[in-house]
Amino acid sequence: MSAAVPAQAAVALEGIAKKFGAYVALREITLSVSAGEFICFLGPSGCGKTTLLRIIAGLERQNAGTVRMSGRDVSGLPPALRNYGIVFQSYALFPNLTVGRNVAYGLETRRAGAPAITRRVDELLELVGLARHKDKYPAQLSGGEQQRVALARALAPSPALLLLDEPLSALDARVRQSLRHEIRGLQRRLGVTTIMVTHDQEEALAMADRIVVMNAGQVEQVGGPTEVYRRPRTPFVARFVGQMNFLAAVAGARSGWARVGAVELRHQAGFEAVPGGALTLAIRPEEITVGPAALHGDNRLTARIAAVQFLGAFTRLGLAVDGDGGTALECDVAATAFAELGVGEGADLPIALVPDALRAFPAPGPAA
Amino acid sequence: MSVGAPAAAEIPDSVVRHRLSGEDAIRWTLVAVFAAALYLFLLFPLGHVLWRSLLDNSGRFIGAANYVHYFSTPAIAASITNSLFVSAAAMVLTVALAFGYAYALTRTQMPAKGVFRVAAMLPLFAPSLVQAFALIYVFGNNGIVTRATGLNVGIYGAKGIILAEVFYCFPHALLILVAALAATDARLYDAARTLGAGPLKTFFTVTLPGVKYGMVSACFVVFTLAITDFGAPKAIGGKFSVMATEIYNQVSGQQNFTMGATVSVVLLVPAVLAFIVDRLVQRRQYALVTSSSKPLVPERRPLADWSLVGYCALVAGFILAIYLVILVSSLVHRWPYNFGLTLKHYEFDTAGGYRSLWNSIRVAALTAVAGTALAFGGGYVVEKCKTAASGPLYLLSVLPVSVPGMVLGLAYIFTFNAPGSPLNALYGTLAILIISNVIHYFTVGFLTATTALRQMDAEFENVGASLGVPFYRTFWRVTVPIALPSIVAISMYFFLNAMVTLSAVVFIIAPGTELAAVAVLLMDDAGDTAQAAAMSVLIIATGLAVRMVYWLAMRGITARTQAWTRRVAPEGGKTA
Repeated sequence: MSAAVPAQAAVALEGIAKKFGAYVALREITLSVSAGEFICFLGPSGCGKTTLLRIIAGLERQNAGTVRMSGRDVSGLPPALRNYGIVFQSYALFPNLTVGRNVAYGLETRRAGAPAITRRVDELLELVGLARHKDKYPAQLSGGEQQRVALARALAPSPALLLLDEPLSALDARVRQSLRHEIRGLQRRLGVTTIMVTHDQEEALAMADRIVVMNAGQVEQVGGPTEVYRRPRTPFVARFVGQMNFLAAVAGARSGWARVGAVELRHQAGFEAVPGGALTLAIRPEEITVGPAALHGDNRLTARIAAVQFLGAFTRLGLAVDGDGGTALECDVAATAFAELGVGEGADLPIALVPDALRAFPAPGPAA
Repeated sequence: MSVGAPAAAEIPDSVVRHRLSGEDAIRWTLVAVFAAALYLFLLFPLGHVLWRSLLDNSGRFIGAANYVHYFSTPAIAASITNSLFVSAAAMVLTVALAFGYAYALTRTQMPAKGVFRVAAMLPLFAPSLVQAFALIYVFGNNGIVTRATGLNVGIYGAKGIILAEVFYCFPHALLILVAALAATDARLYDAARTLGAGPLKTFFTVTLPGVKYGMVSACFVVFTLAITDFGAPKAIGGKFSVMATEIYNQVSGQQNFTMGATVSVVLLVPAVLAFIVDRLVQRRQYALVTSSSKPLVPERRPLADWSLVGYCALVAGFILAIYLVILVSSLVHRWPYNFGLTLKHYEFDTAGGYRSLWNSIRVAALTAVAGTALAFGGGYVVEKCKTAASGPLYLLSVLPVSVPGMVLGLAYIFTFNAPGSPLNALYGTLAILIISNVIHYFTVGFLTATTALRQMDAEFENVGASLGVPFYRTFWRVTVPIALPSIVAISMYFFLNAMVTLSAVVFIIAPGTELAAVAVLLMDDAGDTAQAAAMSVLIIATGLAVRMVYWLAMRGITARTQAWTRRVAPEGGKTA
């Protein structure tokens, strides 16, 4: 069942399963991370992403499956013997030690001489831009600075693997933005294999080489940011990563066509229901064509603007598709383009759902 | 990538084992040492008491016959209802008095709060006998009030016990209620006011519901303290027998150890019940204060503020009067006949004299060291070395708070004065007194430690492990320094209690290991009330002096090792 993984993957998980009592937190996770890669575990809270990270770290013990690091089976090793650095959501900086002492913490037990330790600490603090804060205590630093100290501390012993557990979630939006770039840049420079857990899809899209989208203890999709965004494999991924409109539809007689209310629409290849069977169509708000551009091509509709929400760079329109009345769509239009349209609430607007952007998924079962 | 989705049943229940390391061996050794200490000095002795209550005095098994005898002998059985009555009365009075006092300290702008706070804490520094002595000096047959008015209020008996317990328990109730009243959210009061609630309605709908768990806790603490106290009923009870004095009479007076054991087991019941109910109630407590709470800044209300000053002055005046009476009676020739000053009562000629005071100080200091090590180490073992043993060890650690001192003392006689047992080596040493104090007061120290440990980031040890640093190094470099204020508070708690305790040690002192608090009891028994008062004064003075040193040390520690934090370290005054 499990796919063969290259022996020298930096991290290779095989058939990882975890139960807490009767609750199954992870089912049969198999995954491989290449050396130097930046991987994000992305999913809603409770999806098992942090548990999976802690199993890799050896802080949680799995019920089944193996963890390999660079070919070495570490499944049965305590955390101290696994050779990784970790940054926790809370940073867990030692409040009674100075910044320099925090960074030196993992070096002091390694029989390195004091000058070597000092050199390494200075080097790392230089790297994260905190050299002048060496003698301060963590409480005297800002959240973003504390975060960078935690990063320096984790990296000090030159681990083979860096684990980041929601490292940015405690920071405010602006600091988060800049730290994203900083962490990503640092990771590239050092070439350290990195696994980051996050529930923030924007963060995952901005930082990761590959994203592992998780839901309810299972992997929904693994892929690069563009792939996960453009080609979500499941409705869950479509909904969780970015915005998505869903339309309940009935498969038409022709392959690649489906009926929504009274309108027949052509959709992407990929999923086919039996003619007359239910399926779900999906399109992102920014992929809906509006105005004059929508007067040509396939899947043309007329919609009435039910709501206009100004969101700065773009405007979000609430559209009611005519005829049926039951179908509502959200559509994002660049603010300048919307001004050019010269319409407002209550106006009719021609729209087109470009077939290339109109994805097809199985209709949600009774359970979903 | 996930292919199949196996049903929960296909996933094994056991988790993958990690290879055992040297650190694990150390961890398990710590767990084993802690478990062994609790077994040997708590569970095993208590088992002895249970077992002895089922034997007759010649060691034959007689089942429940002792219990039948106890309940069917009216003279002894009365001690049960007597105990319940005085404890319930003391509980109601103390909590009511302390609530008003705590309210004044936390919710008003009255002046001199610091003075009132300190005055209320005085009873923590004295053996429970002292309150009783003062009442006798004032209202007893030869009391100054009795002589001045010719009115004898009949202080010997239930009245006297209740009053003495009220003042003995007052600071314990006050600390709990002050904490409960201080933890509130000003926004609740803003909301009540914007909704048009008057002060009275706000009090009943916001203030009282907010402190109900604190009230319950205070009630149980006072009830347990009162029902397990031995000193006050011994000194002022007269013929009014309560369970704690009954145990003493059976054991010390009549050498009837099996009946002593029987009464002990019965006394365990209300104490354990009170404890269980309290734990159940506290479990329902929810966090009233969150990170977004706004502290309540009381408004100035001249009328209420000044009436409460009057009230607090009355209560604090009473407490100060108690200690003043004791001080004066120790310094005059013969209370209440000759008020000429003298120091002759400080030249102790009986019951160990100054040696008992030095013994007490040594025992208290060593109790502080050993107790703090075991309580903090035990808290660390339970909280941070998560093993299957953590749950049972936690339960064992909170058990001592509901074991009355008399029961523990008796248990230690059975265990450590058993001819032929290797444990006998401890009998008659200061070590057994220290051990009994450590166990007797273990729970509060342990809970203070676990609270401090839980407030620490749970990932500290994980960070250490990920960096390849052994856990004991992280314990020493990080855990202990951060918890230093709590550690100091724990050691002070052990010291002060070891100075004043009477109930457990009264059974296990031996020639050469006399203690000051027991000397007070024996001097009083022998009719040397002035010397008893003098020794009490010395005990209180020692406690206060050590408290001062602690306070100074605390400031030093805060300044030096807690430089990283700007918040003031939580200080002192933990209670049972």
